[in-house]
Order: sequence, then structure tokens, then C-alpha cells
Amino acid sequence: MKIAYYPGCTLKTKAKNLETSALASLDALGIEYEELPRWNCCGAVFSLADDDLIHMVAPVRDLIRVQERGEDTVLTLCSMCYNTLARANELMKTDEEKRKTINDFMDEEPDYQGKVRVVHLLDFIRDDYGFDKLKEQIKKPLNGLKIAPYYGCTLLRPKEVALDRPDNPVVMHKFLEALGAEVVDFGSSTVCCGAYQVLGAPEAALQVSHEILDDAANCGAEALALTCPLCDYNMGKRQAQMLEKYDNAKELPVYYFTQLLAVALGIAPEISHLELNRESAGKLLKAKNFIES
Amino acid sequence: MPIFISTRESDDKLRKKVMEISGQNFQQCFQCGTCTGSCPMADHINVYPRRIMALLQLGHRKALEEANTPWVCASCHTCMVRCPRGIDITKVMEALRLVKLRQNIDHIEPKKLEPDQVADMPQIAMVSGFRKMTS
Amino acid sequence: MSTTTEDKETKSAAIEAKLIPIYIMGKKYEVPESLTIMKAMEYAGYKYIRGCGCRGGVCGACSTVYRKPNDYKIYTGLACQTVVEPDMYLTQLPFYPAMRATYNFFEMEGKPEEVFELYPELFRCVACNACTKVCPMDVEVMDYIAALKRGDIKAAAEISFDCIQCGLCASRCMGELPQYHIGQLARRINGAYLTPRAEHLKTMVANIQAGRYDDGLGNLKASDEDNLKKLYTEREMEPATAGEDWTPKETANL
Repeated sequence: MKIAYYPGCTLKTKAKNLETSALASLDALGIEYEELPRWNCCGAVFSLADDDLIHMVAPVRDLIRVQERGEDTVLTLCSMCYNTLARANELMKTDEEKRKTINDFMDEEPDYQGKVRVVHLLDFIRDDYGFDKLKEQIKKPLNGLKIAPYYGCTLLRPKEVALDRPDNPVVMHKFLEALGAEVVDFGSSTVCCGAYQVLGAPEAALQVSHEILDDAANCGAEALALTCPLCDYNMGKRQAQMLEKYDNAKELPVYYFTQLLAVALGIAPEISHLELNRESAGKLLKAKNFIES
Repeated sequence: MPIFISTRESDDKLRKKVMEISGQNFQQCFQCGTCTGSCPMADHINVYPRRIMALLQLGHRKALEEANTPWVCASCHTCMVRCPRGIDITKVMEALRLVKLRQNIDHIEPKKLEPDQVADMPQIAMVSGFRKMTS
Repeated sequence: MSTTTEDKETKSAAIEAKLIPIYIMGKKYEVPESLTIMKAMEYAGYKYIRGCGCRGGVCGACSTVYRKPNDYKIYTGLACQTVVEPDMYLTQLPFYPAMRATYNFFEMEGKPEEVFELYPELFRCVACNACTKVCPMDVEVMDYIAALKRGDIKAAAEISFDCIQCGLCASRCMGELPQYHIGQLARRINGAYLTPRAEHLKTMVANIQAGRYDDGLGNLKASDEDNLKKLYTEREMEPATAGEDWTPKETANL
């Protein structure tokens, strides 16, 4: 079974560690994928105005690209891209009038009727691959790693594209358990990190992100797993600013879920590009003997 | 904070415009406050979401203009998944932003961002930030 | 001098070129159907003091926007290259404002972040494709902007290769980006920092400067005409059918 792969803008540069670890893992798991040869930025957020159709054009165009390759499923790694593509897809599936207007507007493209399925790697592994099958492939179980799963917003809200129940999700919990880790549940697991307010209200975004990390640490987590490059910036890279600003801030290693997957599958750590994470990330994995020092 | 309610303060055009852009009937809001309780940015906004809905019901243009709520909102959608009336409050916030943005009034200036911040942030930060806060 | 009937007919045919109506900035003119927009405007009596350059399709000065009757679409072309059509309704865009960032190119390293810093409006692109649709050189503008957003300067440079900086893309852009300026920066970075250097050229220049060929050149300079002719006619030449692995017998100068 082959699937189309849509990377999104950030995965080739800033979130390279998310992509390389994911694609190496897909290879190790025997999942065949093909990056779309031509794609454009999906817009990162779904436009919420009832009368706005121009912002649907970008994600719909990407779905047409999938259709052109003769594929019926497209895999995303970036959570924001997942949300945007999935919601645009729902719109094209359900709103007949808007579908016609958008198809007519994009007169240089073939028509799109919403036939493509948009998946994120987490629900693809759960539904198409299977957690049990994943367990069998684990070479280096992450035993003893106390990890908090951080879902954020875009994988769970709104309900029409949610991978799981928005208020009590378990998909990432089960994923981390399959890797052999000790999952630490915490209340702020689905609370927003501040997202794009890093641009408009950066101090607010810093504070909400700090509180999420603080909650995870207080619940006994020694690391955090997440899926979204913007969450990773707010809660990973910006820890430097938190440590300066907040007296009670503590360093907490942050990983993309795919980096942990790659390590557990026994893939060489260089492929996970841990140098793009904070130093604490590589240090913890070495201390736990999951990777060589 | 006292708000004066009178026909003078009520702008029906604004109320209708927000309803139109958001596609939401916020007249149904019965002020339960779940949205405020769910909002992660609550510590940083000067008018809670619940109150915004009440002000919208009254079409209170002046009080709404003084609220920073739509500009601190991170579109996390927590309010709308929990609203007992099924109102998509996130769309209402977007409509409030668009009322300003569609007048060609931007909330952030791309050129005024710190260059090393632009170099540091993931592209989706800029893409999403500009979509939500510039016209 | 007598003219045959044939000559007369040819002459009449030449004078009576078919005239078609076109609209230049709203006013109707009858112009010969085989002319380009630029020639047609001059035929109609306009004298170009701007919006005209190489007249050869490469300078981007004469970008023209036009419409056709019963057709909502916007058409574009270069005035010097596009032939007129009946009832064409046109205007020229001799200049569309687009701010170019200032930078010291030689202080750059050629990283994508440098492009992001200089043109943060890059992220305002909504992938509406208006730019690609309007490009008279068929450059896939949206695609090179998309490539730049994901940090692929090389792809952007390659896709934007045919750009002649006419400004039509910027005129239609919803995000208000100056696409062609950003594309220009990408091509400069690609040429200066990303394309591989010709190492063999460097080595050759170093060898020349070290004097490796001084003796040989000296000998040639000291030779008389007959000797030079002899050396020339007896030189070893690579056969036309030689394969990749052919080497000359005399390898001293390689």
C-alpha cells in the first residue's frame, strides 16, 4: 500500500528532525510513501470566515496534486498541515456550493470532489498499521523513559478532523507505550501552547507554554513528546527564554514523536538530527542508554 | 468595569456583520462561561470570551473595540468544542479580527519583526501569524 | 519601367493589409492585423517614451494586460511580442511599484533564513496562483515562491530562470509580495553561493600562474612561421568518434 506524502514548508529546514526521523521510520516499518513532486504551502491555518474561499485554494490545490498522482491517501507529519488539509477536505466533501465555486475558480486545475483521505502519522499507525505490529518492530524499547504526551490543538480540534476525543485522547499515549516508554499523563496535555501568538503576543505564548511544561514536570515526566513544529518552537527552543524569565522553570527535554520512534526502531541517532533539539534531548537519550554516547 | 447599554451604544451593523462572517448565531449564547474557563490565554486578555459574546449580542462597538481578545486568541478551538450551545466561538473571534483586517488595518507588521526572530522561527509561525493578523 | 499585372496585384495586396479594431486604453483604433501590440500602438499614433525597451521579448518593459469580448479572463503578454486580435481591449503596465530590499550581498552566506529576514512578506503568499496565471513568460511564480518558503533556493532559482522582471506578478499578488525581487535574490544566491565552483578552472589558473606553460609558450613565440605551420598541421586532434576515455599521446600539457 503506497501513500502520498505532503511535507509542508517547515519540514525541510526548521523541522528537518521531524521529517528525517519520520521517513527513516517509515522505511524501517516497510511503509511505502512518495513525496508529492509538486506541492505548495497549505496555509498552516484553516480560514474561519464563512465567506472566505481564497484561503481554501492552497490546501485544495495540494489535494488535487494527490489526486493527480492517483493516490487516495495523503500522509502529513506537521500537525498544522494535517488540520488545514483535513478541514479543507471536509469542506470540499460536504459543501456543494463552495466546492463548485472553488473548482470553477481554479480553472487551471482539474476538479476536486473530496475523494482523498488525509491522515497524520499517528492515526495512520493506529488505524492502518497497528500498534501491535509496531510493537513487534521495536529494537530498542524506551523502557524507563518517563514521557508526557503533548497533543496540542490541531490534532484534536475541531471534532470533524479529530484523531481522538478532544478532552481525553489516548492515541499518543498508546503510541508511546508501544515504544516501551512509561507514559506520564498530565492535565495540560491538550492545552494550546500559544501557537502563532509567538508573533503577536509573545510573552503570553511564553507563559502558557511554560505552564504546560511545568505541569508535565510536576506530574513526574522527565521528557515531553510532541508533533507540531510550532509547539516545538514554543516549548522547545523558547525554553531558553523561560529559564531566564521564570524562577520555577526547569529544563525538560522535548522530542518529536518520530524521533523517539526512530530511536526505538534502532535507527542511527544522526538521522534524527538531535542537534536541532535542545541539548538536553540528546543528553537524556544517552544517559538512558537509548543511543550511544 | 461599567458598560453603558443604550440604543446609542448598540451597533446593529457590526452585530450582523460578525454574524455573517462567522456564520454563527451568538444570540444563542446563554453566558455559561465555559469558553472563558477553557481559554488558555485567559490571563492575557482584557475581556473574557463570555463577555465578548454578551457585548456582541448587544452590538456594543465601543467595548468590543477596546477588547484585545481577538488579537490574543490563538485559535486553539477549545472553547468551541466545549460550548454547550455548539457556537463556534473561534469563528466569532476570527470574524472580529476580520472586521478590522478587511479595513486594511493590520495588527502586526511583517517588516517590523526582529530579523533574527524571523530567522529562528519555523515557517508555519509566520504563515499562520500573518494569516490571522495581517490583511 | 513596365509593371506586370502580377506586380500591380502584389503591390495592392501589400497596401491593403486587413485592418482590425482594437481598444487602446478605452479608445478604438483600426490597425493592421499582423502587427504586434507595440507596433499597433505606434501605427495608431502613440509615441513610446516609457513601457518600451528591447523590443525583443527579454527586458520586461512592455508588459500588457488585455481582455477579449465575452471573456471574463485577464490575458497578458509583452507588447513587443504579442500580435493584436480583433476587439482586444488593452492597457500597458509600464511600471508596477515593488520595493526591493537592500542588502550587502557579499556579507551573505546564502541561507534561506537570509531570504526570510529580507522578505518576511514571503509568508503572506496564499498560493492563489494569480501570479503564475499572469506571467507572460510562463514562469511558475507560485511554485518558486513555494520553494522559497520551504527553504529550497536552488529550485526557486531554476524555476524563475525565465523571469524578465516585468512586474505583472506583483501587480496581481494578493499577499502583496514583490515576487520578482525575491526571485532575483534567489538566483543571485544560487549563482554565487550554491552552484558548485569549477574546481578544474581554479587548478588551471593556478598552474598557469605558477608558470607551467611558460616554456611551451616561449617556444611557440620563438618559432618562425614555417615551424608554427608545421606544428599546427601536425597537431594531434581528438577524433570525431572518440569516446569519453580518449586521451592524447602527448600528455605533458594536460
